[in-house]
Amino acid sequence: MFSTALLASYQVAVGVDGLELIPIIIYSIGFGTLLVASLLLVILGYDALLNSSVAIISTLIPLSLSCGLIWDYAAHIRVAYFVFAILGLLAISISRLLFSGKSPNIVLALVHGVAGFIIFTVPIYAYLQSLVPLIFLWVSIGGGFVGIGGSMLYLLKSGNSKVPHSRILKLFPVLLFLATISFVIGFMAYR
Amino acid sequence: MSARCPVIHWSTLFGLAISLFLAIAGSTIINMWFDRDIDALMKRTCNRPLPTGKIKPQEALQLGLFLSFSGVSLAFVMDPVYGAVVFTGIIVDVLIYTIWLKRRTAWSILWGGISGGMPILAGRVLGLHQIDGVGILLTLGILFWIPTHILTFNMRYFEDYQFAGIPTFPKRFGFRTTRLAIALSSIIAAGSIGIAGWLIGMQWGFLRILGVLSAGLFVLAIASIRKPSDHTNFGLFKYASLYMLAAMLLLSIYIL
Repeated sequence: MFSTALLASYQVAVGVDGLELIPIIIYSIGFGTLLVASLLLVILGYDALLNSSVAIISTLIPLSLSCGLIWDYAAHIRVAYFVFAILGLLAISISRLLFSGKSPNIVLALVHGVAGFIIFTVPIYAYLQSLVPLIFLWVSIGGGFVGIGGSMLYLLKSGNSKVPHSRILKLFPVLLFLATISFVIGFMAYR
Repeated sequence: MSARCPVIHWSTLFGLAISLFLAIAGSTIINMWFDRDIDALMKRTCNRPLPTGKIKPQEALQLGLFLSFSGVSLAFVMDPVYGAVVFTGIIVDVLIYTIWLKRRTAWSILWGGISGGMPILAGRVLGLHQIDGVGILLTLGILFWIPTHILTFNMRYFEDYQFAGIPTFPKRFGFRTTRLAIALSSIIAAGSIGIAGWLIGMQWGFLRILGVLSAGLFVLAIASIRKPSDHTNFGLFKYASLYMLAAMLLLSIYIL
């Protein structure tokens, strides 16, 4: 997890230099959340993943990264997507804090699913439009890892997993590291 | 290094490290010499060399005085103002905090914090030959970080402190107020370090990391108030320590 924290620190400090102010803020929120989450998992242990606040805060990672990608490569839907991101975050927060049962997990899966889809597809779209070099596709791969991690978190919280919790908790840091290193490599296209 | 000298003088840096090492080691030994009776009563400290009798009190006192004197002397030779700050640090730590206030009032931690902030102020003074606002902010950063450390220990080893008869914040004001004090002081510490970093002229990238880490500290501080538990409070203590280490590294490496 320390490696993940170091990679995320690098990305916050220098990985987004040269961009406009708004994307810098957005990506800093995403990678910053990744950095703080890694440190907190080291300090508090992986059981912290079961805390409901973690679901709310961890949503910032896919939402902010997808917002950054939309800002850079799909300017025509910026406003619509930003509204979705804000409403999605609010919906997850409200459902987690006020409701129980399946609805919080459904809201979480929906918002994460859309954000993950954006992170996976926008780099491919940007590459096909010749807007970015091939290396940028690593962002899509990172998005894939985030998607797998999100699904595992969903299984963990819904309690429907046939995979033991301990195995999910062991796999999670590996996925987080793979996602982070993929993003760092992909975002080198900006430099 | 925060003083952003035109070049790094390795001899000065080496002298700074040696003088601070001697002065801090000396004052710590004198503190342990003075506190050997209460250290013997507390589980956390009863295995230290003085309570266990591995080192004679007289030996410890002599070594502590010798190291302190050496450190302060070297500091004065390097720069009189720097020497004065190092000397003040020892006076505040040994005389005011340990000997005078530690066994009398829970508020002694403020003086412990001030003495803890002296080394960073001393280093800054050595670079600038004067005390400036950034130096005071850096000192405030350490001053407000120290309660996170001491108050967490006060709660974690509450019975130990009770048994030794040391007045503590949790005993005087209760656990809830203590947690609030820890959270607030952590946030103030992060704010002070962040503003100091900005005034020093840290690059935006490093400031962004400081901002992100501060946000993490803020979230954990709020969590420790909303849902207090030993686990969360000790987590905040560890995070605050890691935060301070990261802040010091960032303040140092940006200049390299």
